[in-house]
Amino acid sequence: MDVTHILFGVFAVMAVVSAILMVTTRNIVHCAVFLITTLLATAGVFLLLQAEFLFVTQIILYVGGIMVLFVFVIMLVNLDVSLRQVQFNRQTWVAVLLAAVLGAQLFIALWLGRNALRLPARAELIAPKNTEAIGQVLFQRYMLPFEIASILLLVAMIGAVVMAKRRV
Amino acid sequence: MGHLIPPAIMPYVVPVICGIVIVAVLPLMAGYIVLVERKVMADMQARLGPMRVGPHGLLQPIADAVKLLIKEDIIPQKADTFLFWLAPVLSVSMALIAYSAMPFGPAFQIADLNIGLLFILAVSSLGIYGIVLGGWASNSHYSLLGALRSAAQLVSYETAAGLGLLSALVLAGSLSMRDIVQAQYDQGQWFIFAAPVGFVIYLIGSIAETNRAPFDLPEAESELVAGYMTEYSGFRWSLYFLAEYANMIIVAGIATTLFLGGWLRPFPRVQMHIFGSVELMDAVPSLLFLLVAAYCFKLAPRQPAQIQKVVMAIAGLLCFGLAAVMFGSIFTPVAVKEGIHGGFWFLAKVAIYLYAFLWIRFTVPRYRFDQLMRIGWRVLIPLALVNLIAVGSALTASQVWGLSPRLTTFVLSWVVVIAVAGFLVSRQTGEKPSPAADVE
Repeated sequence: MDVTHILFGVFAVMAVVSAILMVTTRNIVHCAVFLITTLLATAGVFLLLQAEFLFVTQIILYVGGIMVLFVFVIMLVNLDVSLRQVQFNRQTWVAVLLAAVLGAQLFIALWLGRNALRLPARAELIAPKNTEAIGQVLFQRYMLPFEIASILLLVAMIGAVVMAKRRV
Repeated sequence: MGHLIPPAIMPYVVPVICGIVIVAVLPLMAGYIVLVERKVMADMQARLGPMRVGPHGLLQPIADAVKLLIKEDIIPQKADTFLFWLAPVLSVSMALIAYSAMPFGPAFQIADLNIGLLFILAVSSLGIYGIVLGGWASNSHYSLLGALRSAAQLVSYETAAGLGLLSALVLAGSLSMRDIVQAQYDQGQWFIFAAPVGFVIYLIGSIAETNRAPFDLPEAESELVAGYMTEYSGFRWSLYFLAEYANMIIVAGIATTLFLGGWLRPFPRVQMHIFGSVELMDAVPSLLFLLVAAYCFKLAPRQPAQIQKVVMAIAGLLCFGLAAVMFGSIFTPVAVKEGIHGGFWFLAKVAIYLYAFLWIRFTVPRYRFDQLMRIGWRVLIPLALVNLIAVGSALTASQVWGLSPRLTTFVLSWVVVIAVAGFLVSRQTGEKPSPAADVE
């Protein structure tokens, strides 16, 4: 039981608890804060696996970029109205059934693999140049999928701009 | 001394000391930057600035800090208490964490991460939540508007500033702050000369990111009272203030490390001995401090009150002591000397960068929000992309044709500068933009 295990426990509990709180809280700004906490805790787990580039990218992109935009949009919503609104869910039983099936599946999967249930070993230290290794894999080995994905995102971005720009 | 500390905690001793020093010194530095700001502003507007507390206002920051600490702390009745409490704390703590990878000299750095630069950028970008959540939690229209503006502005300018930094990163080939400085030593040039466009883009972007004039729309006092911190008072307000100045030092430190050679003194490879073994550039810091000390001693007898004479003389003695330290350290072992002199040069460059901030603040009027967005998206980001491509192709060209990378990057960067200048001039002399085109 060294420091890494304790830290992993802290991050994991933080991520799960704030994910649950994110779903159950009614105030959506608080929801956003809990989602940020989840993302930060996940980033911490990346760091424990010595994937420091992923750790930083997670923080810069998700927490520093995407979540800022989320919060930006959320703040424009009139909170008083959304707090008073009754949430409509007429599918309680379907949801319970689905959750039970999924939960059972997860439990069985965990139970079957209970002997392998330990912390993943630290990623092999690729010299100290973790970032460079990721760059090489992305731009040499997986060049084509990477470029296809980026073109897809570019198309989506342009589409969004065009649709937003159209004067109604 | 070494045998007093158990070996298990030995590697943590120096970083912890560095951390304590930073946390202790930073508020003081922020306070004195405020004083410098007020003095520079006064100078540019032909006034005297603060003169009453201490000689020439030298003790004003301490008086201000005491006043802020004992002021009443007000929480609005309908505020979200927890987030209202959390927001300023978040701002300050993120700014302080970012210092853990900042190299204040070869000897003074808490941790040299191999993703140092990205880490600083990531953590300091989290400080935005302090502003956004604080503005929302205050439950006030002005605060909310300030927070919204801040979020939009940060997202827009972070991209441009990051792309500006990339041009220096391409030249350095590393993300570790220490390696970036070392690369500038090895290549024999500061990256500001190889990527001037990148530096200017980062300068503009960093002004916008730290919410300073002319991009201080989140706290524009003529429109939004005080923006996101309208409802804050006393100690919490001073936390925001501290975070703002801490962030200014961070962006100045990033620019210094990437573009201005970090802790390297000017001409680090040239040795020019004046008398004996004393090198010319090594003697500059002590001479500078001696000059300031002499000025203080000259001013001391002219102060109106006895106590102010004493304080001025103490300030002179302090500068004299610093001069003695800088001069004495020339004769110490190389590691000690490099540590002390490196720290001096780093802080001197940071100070120059911050002076540019103040200079711009008191020269350029505040932009309108649509102008701000247009500069960010339509000018800075395309320009940063072009500059990045130019630097990249310059490096490739130097590899392919075996030219010196110094030459190719220099030529291509200045081609970009001239092209931009030509474009701007042709726009100026061409058709006059109609006033209607300005309003979107």
